[in-house]
Amino acid sequence: MSVQTPISGLPTPSGTPGAPKLLEVRDIVTRFTTDRGSLTAVNGVSLSLERGRTLGVVGESGSGKSVLSRSIMGLLPRSNTERSGQVIFEGKEISGLNDTEYRELWGDEMAMIFQDPMTALNPVMKIGLQITESLRFHLNMSKSDAKDTAVALLKAVKIPEPEKRFSSYPHEMSGGMRQRVVIAVALACGPKLLFADEPTTALDVTVQAQILDLLAEQQRERYMGMILVTHDLGVVAGRADEIAVMYAGQIVEQAPTALLFSEMKMPYTEALMSAIPKLTDASHTRLAAIGGRPPDLVNPPKGCAFSPRCPYVQPRCHEESPTLTPSPTAPEHLFACFYPIGSPETEEVRLRIAAQRLMATAPEFVAAPANTPTPAQQSPVPAPPEQTEGM
Amino acid sequence: MFILKKFGQLLVTVILVTLFASLLLELLPGDPTEVLIPSGSDQQREELRQELKLDQSFAVRYSTWLGNFATGDMGNYYTVSSDRPVSDRLWQSLPVSLLLMFYAQMLALFFAIPLGVITAYRKGTWLDRTSNTAAFAMLAIPNFALGFLLQYYLGVKLGWFKTSGYASPNESPIEHLQYMILPTITLAVGQIAIYMRLLRSDMIATLQQDFILMAKAKGLKSKRILFRHALRPSSLTLLTVAGLNIGTLIGGALIVEVVFALPGMGLMLFEAIGRRQIVAFQSMVAVIAILYILVNFAVDLLYTVLDPRIRNANKS
Ligand SMILES: Nc1ncnc2c1ncn2[C@@H]1O[C@H](COP(=O)(O)OP(=O)(O)OP(=O)(O)O)[C@@H](O)[C@H]1O
Ligand code: SF4
Ligand SMILES: [Mg+2]
Repeated sequence: MSVQTPISGLPTPSGTPGAPKLLEVRDIVTRFTTDRGSLTAVNGVSLSLERGRTLGVVGESGSGKSVLSRSIMGLLPRSNTERSGQVIFEGKEISGLNDTEYRELWGDEMAMIFQDPMTALNPVMKIGLQITESLRFHLNMSKSDAKDTAVALLKAVKIPEPEKRFSSYPHEMSGGMRQRVVIAVALACGPKLLFADEPTTALDVTVQAQILDLLAEQQRERYMGMILVTHDLGVVAGRADEIAVMYAGQIVEQAPTALLFSEMKMPYTEALMSAIPKLTDASHTRLAAIGGRPPDLVNPPKGCAFSPRCPYVQPRCHEESPTLTPSPTAPEHLFACFYPIGSPETEEVRLRIAAQRLMATAPEFVAAPANTPTPAQQSPVPAPPEQTEGM
Repeated sequence: MFILKKFGQLLVTVILVTLFASLLLELLPGDPTEVLIPSGSDQQREELRQELKLDQSFAVRYSTWLGNFATGDMGNYYTVSSDRPVSDRLWQSLPVSLLLMFYAQMLALFFAIPLGVITAYRKGTWLDRTSNTAAFAMLAIPNFALGFLLQYYLGVKLGWFKTSGYASPNESPIEHLQYMILPTITLAVGQIAIYMRLLRSDMIATLQQDFILMAKAKGLKSKRILFRHALRPSSLTLLTVAGLNIGTLIGGALIVEVVFALPGMGLMLFEAIGRRQIVAFQSMVAVIAILYILVNFAVDLLYTVLDPRIRNANKS
């Protein structure tokens, strides 16, 4: 479990100097065959990650975050699944591997932390065994070495009395403690790439920050690349180097964290932003703060997938779908929207909404223009995200 | 406390079962002594009537039997020539039944567990479909038909095994097996099908669980995931049904015992009813009931071994 240096001596296939990127994903498409037809869960996602960096993947429930992580890792079931695109891990294409070859990577080179610690651990196995089994399998450790390492791992994830906990069963521990065990399992063999799939969604708010801090600390110490999946922009705000926002299986906006927060372009990102759960919200709240429902992935809407819910929608949005393109001002900032935040069209809508709101609250001060509908007639313009229910 | 509760359960069950069984025998018309000693004189008959308390009420007869049974006296088995204690016969036929049950269960589990695991893992493939069809076929064959078929082909034609009779394992282990193999297979075939299907469906549910995906993400081999991670949490239903079956098979393998002329409990019970051996019948039913409850007690203990969460629930 020694910390490896980012520069390995491996020759790169392309012949470029330096080490290959830890992870490069190109145009992943994942479809499931369902009773209703083909469901496109991931629709052309590309991304890349270096060691020691964290990429936040943010999106509503059902946007394809878990399927994306599993597609990259190769963990999806083979039946009823159709996958294309490239996954290049340390310069090597891995998307065509068979399970035997994948097993060399799983748990050893790349590991995953699951959403719900209540169900991610085997209820009938002692947690010690759940940690040592991958050490024994991947690193061929002896029984006693594996035990020592497991206890050290339990200590590293800050579980009190690690020797005693080694022979506990999962049901004897709290949710937060179990998630620490899940993290210990993932870290066991010293992976280079860590997927954390909503690691705190199922936990109490008070425990969430502790677990996220623990993850960040381990990621730094072990110099891992981490893909931190969440539906909560607030979770990745201070913890990711870069953020990719997902909607309906696509990345709709991607930028370094600070840039994303200062200059978000996508109306969907804006909606997500206003939906960041407050500390005062009940724990376990699933994201439901954006008006409307996520699109049906079997029959996606024509044009921009967000158009049925977008407050700034224009006729063009129903006809064409925007592609992910770099912002003219900052090439590292990508977004897929015809009328990004700050464009004249969105500003006009924003003003109109503000005017309507004003009229609704104090109609006597504003004379209703003849051509705009009054609030009583139910505005055809959807309420802006700041106004949606669930706030 | 746990033991006490179990003991109370045992007592109540034994009383209920024997009461019900002997009430049924009471309903048979006619004078039992005519069946018991058909050629006996009137005086012998009168004595037997006295001994069996046939002139008194059912309640008296039953409570007398119960008192005797509780002190270990199982009563007599009456034949024309002699009255032999029921226990003699019981000690002869009970081991036969227990061994037959044990072999059949072992054989059934030996095939059903791997098959159930594999068909769940390979759900929907040709292997799954074939074994599914085979399972229904196995269930559809009546026991006696299968018994006769095996007897004819493996016993008579090929001469590999003995077709009827019994030898105890102490006398001759090899012969014992030769006698037992065909009845064992006959009994096990239907069980294999049931056990396999049960395990398969529980296993399919378990394989959907997050912890299985997590085990996969650790890079473990499929064999380890299936047998170390998934089998134990999937086996509670199988255990329950197999436990119930043990009880059923101890006294309920009558057809197989008849076909293979195995002197087991089923045959003995059958005889006891036909010959109106009320006391013997009650005693045998009581022994079977006790065994049944003991087996289920063992199954309860096994639950806690299989699932630690039940262990804690029992403690509190
Ligand atoms: N095995 C499968 N078969 C069919 N459809 C699937 C399968 N797995 C996922 N999906 C569908 O793919 C879509 C994306 O699911 P995914 O689990 O990736 O969402 P998510 O972004 O992780 O959401 P959450 O926040 O709820 O975890 C969903 O509509 C889901 O119903
Ligand atoms: S393209 Fe149109 S509908 Fe889609 S997000 Fe941009 S403004 Fe909204
Ligand atoms: Mg998910």
